Amino acid sequence: MKAAVVVFPGSNCDRDCKVAIERSTGAHVDMVWHGDTELPAGLDLIVLPGGFSYGDYLRCGAMASLSPVMSEVKTAIERGVAVVGICNGFQVLCEAGLLPGALLRNEKLKYVCKAVDLDIVNGQTRFTAGFQGRREAVMTVGNGEGNFFADEETLDRLEGQGQVVFRYQDNPNGSARAIAGIVSDKGNVLGLMPHPDRAFEADLGSADGALLFQSVLASA
Amino acid sequence: MKATVHVFLKPGVLDVQGKAVENALHGLGWGGVKDVRVGRVLEFETSAADRAAAEAEVKAMCDKLLANPVIESYRVEVG
Repeated sequence: MKAAVVVFPGSNCDRDCKVAIERSTGAHVDMVWHGDTELPAGLDLIVLPGGFSYGDYLRCGAMASLSPVMSEVKTAIERGVAVVGICNGFQVLCEAGLLPGALLRNEKLKYVCKAVDLDIVNGQTRFTAGFQGRREAVMTVGNGEGNFFADEETLDRLEGQGQVVFRYQDNPNGSARAIAGIVSDKGNVLGLMPHPDRAFEADLGSADGALLFQSVLASA
Repeated sequence: MKATVHVFLKPGVLDVQGKAVENALHGLGWGGVKDVRVGRVLEFETSAADRAAAEAEVKAMCDKLLANPVIESYRVEVG
């Protein structure tokens, strides 16, 4: 398996993602600069990491979504390559129109940083198959703008098509229908606010994030 | 030509920042204040030849970058 982590100016979980994927799966992980106009050949997984790309200026993820490398990411998505956007990476995917909805400021205005209990709503995706029927997972959130928003019609469609993958048991940020993570309609793009890269071995409080990366490996 | 762009969250999208400001104003005694919305104003110069061209150019900028149509609406002033 071969993976790449995109580095935007202001990303700060890029190295965490690389280490998490390497230790969970043994895959080779390349770091790709946002200004690159080419991705490494033969990728099975592209990760857009957490952080504060472009200082969160204008809107979180807005400028990163227009980076040169993003047109390559779009092409890879069309080819069926798996893409995971974590936290700021989820915001980038929404801003790029690659996932529906948007992330608003947290309902209580506070930056929330803690472990969260998640329901695995859809265990049949290529990102969750490795949980082998488990219904719950624990990961860590760290966000100030993680309040998922979409209009009612879109929310109904996401729920109806099994695109809601993770839901908070105790909604930390006001997200619509407590949604923590969604997949694209074709199923190869996952966006989530919780960090699998901060929960990939027991010493971090949870190893559930490793199962997410291992799921992608198994489906590659 | 000078352009001014006003960006606001759409009606129906919860503006938590506006709510916090509203609560602060209530706390200071302005109890009649309601429906506070906090938006963003951008000002810049464009090299467009005339007003119509400037308007078209700035609207394109809004659609591409300055506003997110999922959650925001915008208003453009030029000249």
